[in-house]
Amino acid sequence: MAEYVKSTLTGREWEVVIGLEIHAQLATNSKIFSASSTAYGAPPNSQANLVDLGYPGVLPVLNGEAVRMAIRFGLAVGAAIAPRSVFARKNYFYPDLPKGYQISQYELPVVQHGTMPILLEDGSTKVIGITRAHLEEDAGKSMHEGLGAFSGIDLNRAGTPLLEIVSEPDMRSAKEAVAYLKKIHTLVRYLEICDGNMQEGSFRCDANVSVRPVGQEKFGTRAELKNINSFRFVEKAIQYEIARQIELIESGGKVVQETRLYDSARDETRSMRSKEEANDYRYFPDPDLLPLAISESDIAIVRSTLPELPDEKAARFCSDHGLSAYDAGVLTSSRELAAYYEAVVAAAGGEPKLCANWVMGEIAGLLNRDSLDITATKVNATALAGLLARISDATVSNKLAKEVLLAMWDEGRSADAVIEAKGLKQITDTGAIEAIIRQVIDANPEQVAGYRAGKDKLFGFFVGQAMKATGGKANPAQLNDILKRLLAG
Amino acid sequence: MSLHTLSVAELAAGLRSKQFSATELARHFIARSEAHNGLLNGYITLTPERALADAAAADARLASGQAGPLTGIPLAQKDIFCTDGIRTTCGSRMLKNFVSPYDATVVERLVAAGTVLLGKTNMDEFAMGSSNETSHFGLVRNPWDTDRVPGGSSGGSAAVVSARLAPVATGTDTGGSIRQPAALTGISGIKPTYGRVSRYGMIAFASSLDQAGIMAPSAEDCALFLEAIAGFDPRDSTSVDVPVPAYSAELGQSVKGLRIGVVREFMEGGLDPANAALIRAALQVYADQGAEIVEVSCPNMGMSVPTYYVVAPAECSSNLSRFDGVRFGHRCENPKDLMDLYKRSRGEGFGAEVKRRIMTGAYVLSAGYYDAYYLKAQQVRQLISREFAAAFTQADVLVGPTSPTPAFKIGDKVDDPITMYLNDIYTIGANLAGLPAMSIPCGLLDGLPLGLQLIGPHFAESRLLSTAHAYQQATDWHRRLPAAYA
Repeated sequence: MAEYVKSTLTGREWEVVIGLEIHAQLATNSKIFSASSTAYGAPPNSQANLVDLGYPGVLPVLNGEAVRMAIRFGLAVGAAIAPRSVFARKNYFYPDLPKGYQISQYELPVVQHGTMPILLEDGSTKVIGITRAHLEEDAGKSMHEGLGAFSGIDLNRAGTPLLEIVSEPDMRSAKEAVAYLKKIHTLVRYLEICDGNMQEGSFRCDANVSVRPVGQEKFGTRAELKNINSFRFVEKAIQYEIARQIELIESGGKVVQETRLYDSARDETRSMRSKEEANDYRYFPDPDLLPLAISESDIAIVRSTLPELPDEKAARFCSDHGLSAYDAGVLTSSRELAAYYEAVVAAAGGEPKLCANWVMGEIAGLLNRDSLDITATKVNATALAGLLARISDATVSNKLAKEVLLAMWDEGRSADAVIEAKGLKQITDTGAIEAIIRQVIDANPEQVAGYRAGKDKLFGFFVGQAMKATGGKANPAQLNDILKRLLAG
Repeated sequence: MSLHTLSVAELAAGLRSKQFSATELARHFIARSEAHNGLLNGYITLTPERALADAAAADARLASGQAGPLTGIPLAQKDIFCTDGIRTTCGSRMLKNFVSPYDATVVERLVAAGTVLLGKTNMDEFAMGSSNETSHFGLVRNPWDTDRVPGGSSGGSAAVVSARLAPVATGTDTGGSIRQPAALTGISGIKPTYGRVSRYGMIAFASSLDQAGIMAPSAEDCALFLEAIAGFDPRDSTSVDVPVPAYSAELGQSVKGLRIGVVREFMEGGLDPANAALIRAALQVYADQGAEIVEVSCPNMGMSVPTYYVVAPAECSSNLSRFDGVRFGHRCENPKDLMDLYKRSRGEGFGAEVKRRIMTGAYVLSAGYYDAYYLKAQQVRQLISREFAAAFTQADVLVGPTSPTPAFKIGDKVDDPITMYLNDIYTIGANLAGLPAMSIPCGLLDGLPLGLQLIGPHFAESRLLSTAHAYQQATDWHRRLPAAYA
């Protein structure tokens, strides 16, 4: 169902059109055209060799691993892998671009026409088109602070391989854009072609945003938003831009095609450069590199190494485990989380729904509290399964189990050890529970009389008293049954 | 004994039989180079200390029996090849003080072969020119007539070999820069198949056309050196992994039955009859040896010059962007901002011809003109390649003149770029098609040398060299020296 934006000023309805250009830094050990390391965080210019520095006479040599990674991505999004693609030069002058041109793919990219389905809030699925994905080299970094009148150049990043993934203008809201971005983020990490680190810039995105009156076929003029380095900022930057464009048009202005920088501190977008100042990049095929030829057998080899993809995994969780599409989506949002969940199910010997609830609920909560990733969980899959077994066999209640988990997390002990040490074992002995309930009834004659006179609400009072008396350890179902029977007289 | 009149093979034999040492040989050429460079200006940088060190190492190798066929042979490197620790200027103010931190593959291979580096030779700035008059380091004089140009862009290499200041020199050929100066100075020069010799460390002019080669008195000398520099290099993606034949060992092949194709378009359309007569005389030499002379046609050959002057400037406009005053090369004084740094560094660092080509190249690649110029030129380039391929179904080797005229007077064409560009009318086709081609001396016109051009199919260097060698067995033009340098 289409989602429109209603102008607060005029009440007119606008349709939003968004396309994303995602830059995923490929997780190769060396650069795309040189042997320099791509490791992050090294001292400035310590990972720039003569090729990266653009010295006279040096030549680029394509890193085959970057190509294989691009093919992996293409196959995973059901795209065509071009049997012949071409590297071109994008010419412009900037100090962090040593050669005066960036080697990129222009007319013939390696990956063409893929798709990525996203799950909408109403539970339906929407397919976003992927126009292309192409290989290119990153530029270096310019640093303008702390150097007086000078600017500093760090070329460690120059020549790092990037896969630029260009979507069709298929998204109709900031939420859809974020959902798509997250799916791509998940996918590239599953494929182990990108570490997905947005703070370090290994995964970043530009958003092309335009608005048009509902019903109009022609796209509005778009603005390109740059410098968005978190999922939250993608949403906020797009929201801001939508409001800006609508307000601009409704007050008689015109959107100009331009690049705008998102400033997260002020939560606004600002014009960077307009079309009039735009470069003519003078693209032409790079004569230093032969056209990239990819054979059917090259593709087959890459295909044979593909892991189970997130959507395949999620579908399996739905069909085999009986999970909802939403839960399956959450659990497959990273390969590590899915692996953890599957390990819990395996160790627990079934009960996938219980396992899923605990992984998405308590475990996710504790990870979030301690700012940890699933790979750093303090309760491993076997330990969690041990706790779930104690719930299933009614040793502890669901509520007490949460307390047990907390102790397991903080103290690193097994569920049984915590239950034993804390004396949290659930009371399931009918006789013991009955004895405690009789004491409660005897101590509260007025309430018993009231209940028997029809004040049903007092039942809760007796449950509370009884639980209090057992230290919360009574089996709740048994306690309810016995209490009802005894109160009935 | 005049060491400078010996061939490379004779020098190698002399070194092995201890008639002279590599050090004695080096001293001889150092002395000649130092004596004559003042007038000829063939070298930008002389490296006598390096030469003596190389020679001492060569003598040690010779003494230990570890010597190869080129150990101890002196040579000059065109100043377009990066040499570790020795400045590499490319004939430009931009790189006046540039010292490369690494050796080009060609340099590396010749060092490994035990050769002795005499110096770096003068050239047109960034190899853009046909007369060696665009060098920041001054013009080069033709040893046959010092009022005349030696051709270009490898004019320094041509002059030093012609005057026997070095037995051999490297060159590069983008549109004729080895063959035309070889022709104008009476020596032999080979431009191999595109991809045959690594371009790594060779400062790029037009990447899809540039190819390194050898300039020496004879085809035999060229063969000995070409086998040392040719071969696949993983650092150059356009270098081709095809085995390198032993060119010098294959020189004896007879031309009997060889189909020699005369390109009609080369012989028509205003070729000086005297020049044409020299070519016909050379064809007679081949006919006398049993070769079959056939006529072939490449109707679009006339398009090669305009095609070249779109493709080459386009690539150079991009290749030369790295000279921006930021990391190496010339930087202007006190830039007031980034744009000023770019404009003045490049404005001061590049000469007029280089700027002309950068501007032409930027123009043909710009939005709105790309299809009409660059793309069209690439299509014509394909057409010319196909015409050559068709010609090679009728002939084994194509021949024609190397240059329209002998060496012209210094200053004659310097203000007329178009006339200057037309100097390469016969040589450019082979670059556009990536074919191997060479020029060998085939006579004198008014006392000035002219060249016969031989063009072969891809990777037919061996055939070209043995065809040239067969001619040189029957003639002595390649043994003629300019009188002042005998």
